[in-house]
Amino acid sequence: MTTASQSEFILETIHVTKQFGGLTAVKDLSIQVPRKSIYSVIGPNGAGKTTFFNCITGFYKVTEGDILLDGESIVGLRPDIIVKKGISRTYQNIRLFQNLTALENVMVGHHPRMKAGWFGAVFNTPGTRREEAEARKLAMELLEFVGLKGYEYELATNLPYGQQRRLEIARALASEPKLLLLDEPTAGMNPSETEEMTNFIDNLRKDLGITVLLIEHDMRVVMTISDIITVLDYGQKIAEGKPEEVRANPRVIEAYLGRGAVTEQETQAA
Amino acid sequence: MLHKFMRKHDTTDIVMWLIGLGIFAAVIYGSYVTLFVTQKYEPSVWLDFTIFGLAQGSVYALIALGYTLVYGILFMINFAHGEVFTGGVFTAYFLAIAMADSGFIERHWILALLILMAVAMTVSVLVAVILERIAYRPLRGAPRLVPLITAIGASFFLQYTYRGIYGSGVKTYPDFPALDGKLNLFGREWPILTTQALVIVVSAIMMVFLYWYVQKTKAGKAMRAVAEDKEAAALMGIDVDRVIVNTFALGGAMAGVAGILYALLFKQVNAFMGFIPGIKAFTAAVLGGIGNVPGAMLGGLFLGIVESLGPSLILDGLGIPAPYQLKDAIAFTLLVLVLIFRPTGILGERLSEKKA
Amino acid sequence: MDKELKFTWKDMLKYGVIAGVVAIYVILVGMVEAFNERYIIAETINLGQIALFSPVFLLAYFAANNARKIKSSLFAIITSIVVGLIGGAFVAGLLVLGTHMNLRAVFLNVSPELLDILHLGQEGMAGAIAANLIISATVGLLGGLFALMPHKWSNALLVGLSLVLLMGILQELMTITFGNKDWYKPIGEFIYAKKGLSWGGTALFLVLGIVLNLWRSSDKLRPGKKVAKLPRQQQMAVQIVAMLLGLAILLALPKFLGSYPSEILTTVGIYIIMGLGLNIVVGFAGLLDLGYVAFFAIGAYTVGILTTTGKLATVEWNFWMALPVAIFLAMMAGVLLGIPVLKMRGDYLAIVTLGFGEIIRVVVLSDWLKPYIGGAQGILQIPKPKIGNFVFKGPQQIYFLVLAGIIIVGYIAWRLRDARVGRAWKAMREDEDVAEAMGIHLVSTKLLAFATGAAFAGLAGAIFAAKLGSIFPHSFNLIVSINVLSLIIVGGIGSLPGVIVGALILVGLPELLREFADFRMLFYGALLVAMMLVKPEGFVPEKTHARELSEKEPFSSEIEPEAPARETI
Ligand SMILES: Nc1ncnc2c1ncn2[C@@H]1O[C@H](COP(=O)(O)OP(=O)(O)O)[C@@H](O)[C@H]1O
Ligand SMILES: [Mg+2]
Repeated sequence: MTTASQSEFILETIHVTKQFGGLTAVKDLSIQVPRKSIYSVIGPNGAGKTTFFNCITGFYKVTEGDILLDGESIVGLRPDIIVKKGISRTYQNIRLFQNLTALENVMVGHHPRMKAGWFGAVFNTPGTRREEAEARKLAMELLEFVGLKGYEYELATNLPYGQQRRLEIARALASEPKLLLLDEPTAGMNPSETEEMTNFIDNLRKDLGITVLLIEHDMRVVMTISDIITVLDYGQKIAEGKPEEVRANPRVIEAYLGRGAVTEQETQAA
Repeated sequence: MLHKFMRKHDTTDIVMWLIGLGIFAAVIYGSYVTLFVTQKYEPSVWLDFTIFGLAQGSVYALIALGYTLVYGILFMINFAHGEVFTGGVFTAYFLAIAMADSGFIERHWILALLILMAVAMTVSVLVAVILERIAYRPLRGAPRLVPLITAIGASFFLQYTYRGIYGSGVKTYPDFPALDGKLNLFGREWPILTTQALVIVVSAIMMVFLYWYVQKTKAGKAMRAVAEDKEAAALMGIDVDRVIVNTFALGGAMAGVAGILYALLFKQVNAFMGFIPGIKAFTAAVLGGIGNVPGAMLGGLFLGIVESLGPSLILDGLGIPAPYQLKDAIAFTLLVLVLIFRPTGILGERLSEKKA
Repeated sequence: MDKELKFTWKDMLKYGVIAGVVAIYVILVGMVEAFNERYIIAETINLGQIALFSPVFLLAYFAANNARKIKSSLFAIITSIVVGLIGGAFVAGLLVLGTHMNLRAVFLNVSPELLDILHLGQEGMAGAIAANLIISATVGLLGGLFALMPHKWSNALLVGLSLVLLMGILQELMTITFGNKDWYKPIGEFIYAKKGLSWGGTALFLVLGIVLNLWRSSDKLRPGKKVAKLPRQQQMAVQIVAMLLGLAILLALPKFLGSYPSEILTTVGIYIIMGLGLNIVVGFAGLLDLGYVAFFAIGAYTVGILTTTGKLATVEWNFWMALPVAIFLAMMAGVLLGIPVLKMRGDYLAIVTLGFGEIIRVVVLSDWLKPYIGGAQGILQIPKPKIGNFVFKGPQQIYFLVLAGIIIVGYIAWRLRDARVGRAWKAMREDEDVAEAMGIHLVSTKLLAFATGAAFAGLAGAIFAAKLGSIFPHSFNLIVSINVLSLIIVGGIGSLPGVIVGALILVGLPELLREFADFRMLFYGALLVAMMLVKPEGFVPEKTHARELSEKEPFSSEIEPEAPARETI
């Protein structure tokens, strides 16, 4: 982690294209994410946002293009290597380890930063014991940080929706990422929960100094906290810039309104 | 170069390719030795092997249809399908004995055969439908391993039920005197046993019927709609439960016929007879691309032939004694190889699973 | 899927018919006759009768339970009696049919003896039919009353009855084991009749079961709770003492029990070792391996080949030299067979591993390898292990080998469960893609699970070979894999105590009931289905060990409430 070149951008994607058979889900997408920023990717449903995330985290192999983390290409690496390099993520439709406890979920998140193997565990070596204790401590702290103190031993599946979202973030944070990818973290939340989540994401950067790459549907959230926004439509970038610039961009308005966006967003955009 | 290659492929991939290559080389070498060095068998013997393979392959194909139909719709391996097959033949056995004793088989062998098939089909359909109702339906939507474990349990439950009810011994099906010897047709003798010809023809008819049923009838169309998308089908007014029952019934019917054909070919039945053919038929279904109806038929024939030729052609050439003992191993090895190197089968999965 | 809240006469009929069909099934499959000589209570009630009437009892119970929710208690009672009558009518019908037709040509078990049993002690046909109806209706009524009882009481009664059943089954074993001991004579004479429990014994165990259950559920007097209130130091002390005591009992057991029960215990123990191994593969890592028996076979055959002094003698090592080789080879086989299935979906994996198991079995049986591993004749003359002058010659000695194996393997499984490796397994079981995205290397994690599980099976196989002194391929068929799978599912997938409970129930109990052997797989199959339908988490499910962990929590006091989470990034 310390060897990172000090380029201005933590993540750069260069002409990334992803095709599924005949369908081009992401097309020639280049973005540059500055350090310690909150960078949002927005766009209508099916625009290719999640696919883009999957390309960055190595879940999909990109068809063309390159992805640089701290100036180093991560294309073609396995997902587990990419986490080690400092990118971690959450999922649009929550994907927790349902039958593990909240604490275990977060500790799994810390997996790439741990070393203990089979023998360490069986012989309970001092190194393993120390590492395990530290991981627990970290996990406890993270659970508290996301407001889940007292739920450590609940099974993930038994937690209410909003807490599951936050647990997923805690799990992602446990891998000590430089870059956190959040895929629609406010999906399915009511306005007050959404507000809370917005503040929470803002704090992530402030308290932890993490760069956040955010996919978000809710315009208000995006406009409040983003430093830079990229708008996707049919896999292509149609606009990029500060919130106020994007808000005024006619192509963005068309992309959203042309597809019958909700009136709420209409008032936002106008 | 190498670095980039290693980045893309795990060591385990390479190990697997090497194993695959080794097996391939062994197959080529074994066949070469048998055909060109030892030349142990006459060409007519190879023909016999092939025809026998086709006959047993068509039985596999019929059973395989049951796996493929159910998988196409529910994405589950009906592990107990082999026992659906057993239920039919084993029950019909008692009727067959009665018909043989009364001389009915000798007098009206076609009618007797049709009756036996009808009985076997009925029982197999019943077993399949009851199985679906009791064991599988309550588990729809459960994690994938749950119905699989249920199916394994059901498989053993049925095996030992047959054993308990009908006894544990091996029973011999009565002879059909009309089917003895080589096929005599158009005034000449053909190099094929009458039984084998009958088995091949009957299964061909069943397969054509099934294909027609699935492609052309309303019930078949509903089946395909449900396989595509259960929710959408339900919204369009299709009774999904009913379609699923139909599917199990159809698979059961095929298994019932397969059972009687099996009895014609191999003569013997017992409570556990369905297990190995069941796994082989599953192999056939996977070979052809599970969920793919023509694939299951092709896969069955292919497996039947490989199993029939393999021991003499490949293993003999490799100098393995009594190679016929290893025919099951050949079938299972084929299963493993297909699942490793082409899990979508020869013709490809028709109804691949949607990503969650 | 909405269950409509109603219960009509039609439902009543439905339950009755199901009861009848199940009863007929039980009869035709041969249980009634097979269990008829196994008396549970005072030469009056035998297991065959219990098998015959339990369908009626259960379905009357279910029917009454449903009816009670909708209609009056009286209606529920009537329901249960009607269900009983219908069930009895089915059985009576079979009796009539069987008397006048030769059902035996098809249904092997409809023998004159069976028909005699179905007469229920009555001479004439009319009397027999009446007896069937009356007894069935009475049993149905009992089922109905059971349903109407308060839950607490029906539970307690159930425990009491189970205890009676268990003690009745144990009679023979108790007599074999303690029959010649002085202290046993008066006890034995009191609780047991010539066959089965005496009435006194029945009453004793019934009351004992009820009281124990009520006491347990009263919650106040549970020892665990008391201990939990003690200070940490003393808690540890109590735990250590309990462990030592447990160990002492385990060590004394074979001497105390004698040869036959020790034999059963070693068999159970070997299954526990395998269960702990398969539990890692299936329970922790979620990889359904149906070819597990292959590793057991490799362990056994390695020891067999390396140690035998018979015809196939090779190096004639002693057991202790062969043991590590056996474990190592099984482990390697686990890795080798694991590689091809790495990328397979769960259900394909099951079939392929099953295929592997069959391939190995077929190959072992073939003439091809016969010169080396004996084909169907197996390997004979495998010497018993020795330590100094102590020879593990019979079950009472092998027991210690098994016990040591269980302790080691159980300890390893327990350590791994809550460690980084175990968490990785469980994460993979829950969601492979996400696990990989969380930094878990799927290939090595899966192979580690396969290797660990296989190593355990290798150890079990090695002990198995030493125990029997000879091995044959038929001991290593698919049934073994299914047995092990069943026992971990019954105990609770992923649960360590569950493995032990599952093995005791599924392996131990059948050993006590010889006439059960024929129905063993039937029960296992039914049990797998029933467990998945009703209780997929098993009887002793893995707890989230919340309390256990929170008690050890050493850090909670150190965390300051509003401290920033981390500065490490
Ligand atoms: N695994 C896949 N196979 C085929 N098509 C896919 C796959 N994943 C996504 N797609 C397609 O790619 C497009 C973009 O999807 P997605 O990235 O999920 O959109 P978004 O997250 O912006 O709503 C959609 O048309 C979707 O159907
Ligand atoms: Mg998306």
